[in-house]
Amino acid sequence: MQKLLEVDHLTKIFTLGSIISRVRITAVDNVSFDIRPAEIFALAGESGCGKTTTARIILGFDEPSSGAIIHKGKRDLKPKNRKVWFTEGIQAIFQDPFGTFNPLRIVDRYFFETIRHYRLASNKGAAIQLIDQKLKAVGLSYEEVSGRYPSEFSGGQLQRISIARALLTDPILMIADEPVSMVDASIRMSIVNLFKKLREELSVSVLYITHDLATAYYISDRIAIMFRGNIVEMGPVEQVLMEPKHPYTRLLRESIPEVNPDMRWREMVTLTDIEHEEYLRQGCKFAGRCPKVMEICKNIVPENIDIEGVQVKCHLYSSNNRTHGE
Amino acid sequence: MNTPVLKTEKLKAYYVLDVHGELKVVKAVNEVDLEIRANEVYGIAGESGCGKSTLLKALYGAIEPPLRLIAGKVYYFIEDKQLDISKISAEEKRKLRWEHISYVPQGSMSVLNPVIKLRETFSDFISSHVSGKTKGDAFEIAEGRLTELGLPIKILDAYPHQLSGGMKQRVTIALAALLKPRIIICDEPTTALDVVVQRGVVQLLKDIQKRLENSIILVTHDMGIQANVADRIAIMYAGKIVEEASTERIFGEPLHPYTRYLINSLPRFGDKAPRESAPGNPPLLSRLPEGCPFHPRCPYVTEICKQQMPDTYVVDVNHKVACWLIAEREDAKTS
Repeated sequence: MQKLLEVDHLTKIFTLGSIISRVRITAVDNVSFDIRPAEIFALAGESGCGKTTTARIILGFDEPSSGAIIHKGKRDLKPKNRKVWFTEGIQAIFQDPFGTFNPLRIVDRYFFETIRHYRLASNKGAAIQLIDQKLKAVGLSYEEVSGRYPSEFSGGQLQRISIARALLTDPILMIADEPVSMVDASIRMSIVNLFKKLREELSVSVLYITHDLATAYYISDRIAIMFRGNIVEMGPVEQVLMEPKHPYTRLLRESIPEVNPDMRWREMVTLTDIEHEEYLRQGCKFAGRCPKVMEICKNIVPENIDIEGVQVKCHLYSSNNRTHGE
Repeated sequence: MNTPVLKTEKLKAYYVLDVHGELKVVKAVNEVDLEIRANEVYGIAGESGCGKSTLLKALYGAIEPPLRLIAGKVYYFIEDKQLDISKISAEEKRKLRWEHISYVPQGSMSVLNPVIKLRETFSDFISSHVSGKTKGDAFEIAEGRLTELGLPIKILDAYPHQLSGGMKQRVTIALAALLKPRIIICDEPTTALDVVVQRGVVQLLKDIQKRLENSIILVTHDMGIQANVADRIAIMYAGKIVEEASTERIFGEPLHPYTRYLINSLPRFGDKAPRESAPGNPPLLSRLPEGCPFHPRCPYVTEICKQQMPDTYVVDVNHKVACWLIAEREDAKTS
């Protein structure tokens, strides 16, 4: 199958502390996945799972410690070697719509800047037409936006504006890092639906990075669940979230409050007190909290195992343990 | 069962600001009537900027400029006595706090003093509210309370920065419950926490409520949390409570168009049907539209909605709605 973007054995190690007490934290640990044309791919997990670091490496804000990003058949894209051909195809949407825009600049300047940078229009008239077209795609118009400052818009509107700006270059992939977590509940779904619409009408793929499994279930085709730097489970969203295989995915899925008062939590959960320990674990990072932990989990990192099209990183499913899986 | 512990009457609290010589009025709490009963979790839901946090400040009696109490009353019920909190002295108010009513503000994870161990925080707290206790007694109370709530005692010897966000949040909740208050107000206690940790915080809140048989006022915009914890829910929009009902009815039979949008737009597992959110944007509290504040976004808007705010109608036991559509129903009575 054709791939838009491939993330190939990506690893990122951060070093914390002073020379004497140095701690190396593997924020992203040997992560591989790919994004296909016109697909919404969710990268989900809790804070500190490495999802944002992965996005930052794809966007070239950070250098990977090892591994590569493959786009248009080219690998080893060191951020400094990336040229217009890369950013033209891949655009980003960030979490905080208020932080995306400089409060002292009118928002249309961002549009004209992008147009100038990528030479998208030959004169001002054509530029305005292009901006208006992209703003209409997100449910706004040039008239509503031009000459106004970011403070005059709501968070939802600003997020739409930043999506419209990203659309200027006709990207094939949008990297959206928690795009709705700061948008009000009553308009959140309109932004989520917008990604769906862009995928259907303009065939834009989306790498949807989120902690919110409910919206991930709603819009994405495939999902990867990350935990402490590893992808623990990856596959079609229906299978991963409705029949989770990895114990961590199960815990995560059960911890999402159902919007139904008849389905309240009854079981108790255990929480970790110290997060560092989990990163530094030798075997499976989830071994300390896993209800089905075995001796092998504490020492040996599990392999990725393919079960019915879902990739699971868990010893329960390795060939000699399969009976315990159910 | 239905004895009230806290009641408001046509409560109005506005922020009055002086912006470049011009008076700007932000109507954050606008004629709110509510009654919190003994032994219940009362949820207040609504999006950012709807006045939820301001309402809590008013309930707690923590009104400081630029916030002003414009009209209305807040009553506490203490042993069958009704107390108007605007009439009592600051000293009396201070005495009520933590012993009768305690408040866990939003982002309260950062209230813990970073340079002293939690042991000191707990003992400061106990000695300032309970007289005649030695340090040893104070530690005993703190340790007993933490064990009861299933928190590790070793955290007393930790500094706040050594704890995870979820643990800090649970410690502040444990502090708020320390003196067994009758009412605990929690403002967005689960926001900014991971889902698994959220679940731990919810567990703790439920546990405290069950143990103390008190009332918890839980403010959160997360409807999943509300569904899981609250017994009754009030939906707030633009400074007003537009609907109030039992949790089952809010989720099963929402009546106000805003509540319906809010409930129906929630994504659910196993159901990929398209979800629509309410059109438009919430109004600014400083520039409220005439009539019902939801009318510019409401698909069922009529002439009267644009001119007059509807009364609150009682449609069933425990179910109140402020909407003109309901006024036309036969079973509706004004409250």
